[in-house]
Amino acid sequence: MKKSFPVVPVLTALFAASFFVVPLIATFYFSLKMTRGELGFAAYASVFNSAEFLTTITYSTIASLVAILIGAVIIVPTAYWVRLKVPRLRPVVEFISLLPLVVPPVVLVFGYIRLFGSNSWLPLTTTTAGTDMLLVLGYVVLSMPYMFRAVDNGLAVIDIATLTEAAESLGASRLRTIATVIFPNVRAAIISGAFLTFSISLGEFVLASLLNRPAFGPYLVQLGQDRAYEPAALAIMSFGFTWGCMVLMQVFATRKPGQRWFPRLTSRPAQRTTA
Amino acid sequence: MSFLSITNAVKTFGTNTVVKGFDLAVEKGEFVSFLGPSGCGKTTVLRMIAGFERPTSGKITIDGRDVTDLAPNKRRIGMVFQAYALFPNMNVAGNIAFGLKIAGLGKAETEARVQEMLGLIGLSHLAERYPYEMSGGQQQRVALARALAPKPQVLLLDEPLSALDAKIRVSLREEIRDIQRRLGITTVFVTHDQEEAMSISDRIVVMNGGRADQIGTPSEIYNRPSTRFVAGFVGTLNVLRARLERQPQTVTVAGTSVQLAQPVRTADADGNLSLALRPEALSLRPSEGRDVAFDGLVKSVNFMGSVIRIRMDVGGEAISFDMFNSPDLVPPAVGARATAHAASRDMFELTA
Ligand SMILES: Nc1ncnc2c1ncn2[C@@H]1O[C@H](COP(=O)(O)OP(=O)(O)O)[C@@H](O)[C@H]1O
Ligand SMILES: [Mg+2]
Repeated sequence: MKKSFPVVPVLTALFAASFFVVPLIATFYFSLKMTRGELGFAAYASVFNSAEFLTTITYSTIASLVAILIGAVIIVPTAYWVRLKVPRLRPVVEFISLLPLVVPPVVLVFGYIRLFGSNSWLPLTTTTAGTDMLLVLGYVVLSMPYMFRAVDNGLAVIDIATLTEAAESLGASRLRTIATVIFPNVRAAIISGAFLTFSISLGEFVLASLLNRPAFGPYLVQLGQDRAYEPAALAIMSFGFTWGCMVLMQVFATRKPGQRWFPRLTSRPAQRTTA
Repeated sequence: MSFLSITNAVKTFGTNTVVKGFDLAVEKGEFVSFLGPSGCGKTTVLRMIAGFERPTSGKITIDGRDVTDLAPNKRRIGMVFQAYALFPNMNVAGNIAFGLKIAGLGKAETEARVQEMLGLIGLSHLAERYPYEMSGGQQQRVALARALAPKPQVLLLDEPLSALDAKIRVSLREEIRDIQRRLGITTVFVTHDQEEAMSISDRIVVMNGGRADQIGTPSEIYNRPSTRFVAGFVGTLNVLRARLERQPQTVTVAGTSVQLAQPVRTADADGNLSLALRPEALSLRPSEGRDVAFDGLVKSVNFMGSVIRIRMDVGGEAISFDMFNSPDLVPPAVGARATAHAASRDMFELTA
């Protein structure tokens, strides 16, 4: 018996997808029309030839990477410790980690400026390095909900209590356990969190603009006001970049330890065998 | 001086006292099992030896050294868990090398020791495998090798076979015992399976409600259980009501007069007491030494392959026993009358 073609579901799906696909195609089409009368990648070339584009994206990339690093170093041990020692407090910690989603970045940055302004006890905003540091810390805070969730989920799937005890009985200190057992086993989770952090902080506008840092977000907004075709090209590129991040996240999340990036040419007998 | 000694250990969680004055002395190279039902505190005592739990009071020494307050990573303990607990990010060789690296062994030495351990567990060909690529039995053998690699003073195993199939469970327990003998390592093995404990232990600690009810060799525990709990938990046991007929040791059981081997100690004011009788002490065939005969009604006959289990009612007391199957044997019919023979020296009084 042949199944009838699912007309209604397919039409519904196409209709829903069109909301997303049509503007994308339109934007892409528009981005190709910079040179009058022909289609081409002139807008993309123009973006890449702009010195400001390169400096801001470099700046934002570095700031994001540092934020990821700091975030992981703070959040992995914290989430681990909470799960191991005070599991009762996990909901509380989780709630705290979600606060950045509730408190708008504007509030956060004004708080920073008041707290670390020129006539405060720790005037961080008076130096470039200090302001950079505030920006990075802000990114750490903004990414906390995602980073904490990812890492906490990663910890949930391994039996951290028993693994910790196994490591301890073999002589490992707590620090060594975290570094050699816990970190490697939540690496996939950290990387997922990292990609999320990266896609948030790379184009972040409010913090960067109010702290007046030469970041990619403010550049993007400025470009949108000044130019026509380049913003469309950038939108398409950042779309591609975000999807790339998601694909990489999947790759990292599903990769097993010891698995190769590419299959070997000669196959290894790695089937499960019974004792 | 024994190698591992636990003196009056008490452990309280909140208001719940889980271990209540536990004493044990284990000799060097001895294989001791903790046997008891779930929740009786076996794991808790083991974790106190390992250092994962701190005794509320009491003292633990290993090789003469007080380790009661010593951190687990300073105790030189090898631990094997029910759930294997191999490090998922490391392959077999990496798992086994873990403790060696921490101990600061050189590369060549580590490599040699890993090979030696792999040989010991017979998995040299799987050195590159990751835990998720192996069966439970293989993982548990790797866990054993990992625990033994840094030459611990004491090996602790917490129900290491419970997660495995019946067949592997039996072969692996023999392998564990064999390796333990070869290395002469002092071992504490936790299990709730009495057959497992019987078959591999030098001595068994039968635990009940946070206490050691009885400590003895498997045959002592089985043949001379000192409490009703031990008697009931280890093997199946017929418990018969008896009445003191004449001091010091003549009793009536199911209408039959029996001369006990030992004087009666626990008869109440009316002369009532409890006697225990192992199923294998009973037989349908009379033989020399079987001086007691119980006449009764066959209630059920269960064919179980090499043995046949028979339940009888003798003067209101239920007894059950097994007989070996053989091709020419005709089992009694249900409802028929039969006589079960026992030796009075196999009947013992349950004192607690
Ligand atoms: N960390 C703990 N906190 C509170 N109660 C515990 C803890 N560990 C064990 N217990 C309790 O102690 C009792 C004995 O546990 P356990 O030693 O694991 O028994 P066994 O290993 O013999 O099954 C159980 O009732 C258990 O609920
Ligand atoms: Mg247990």
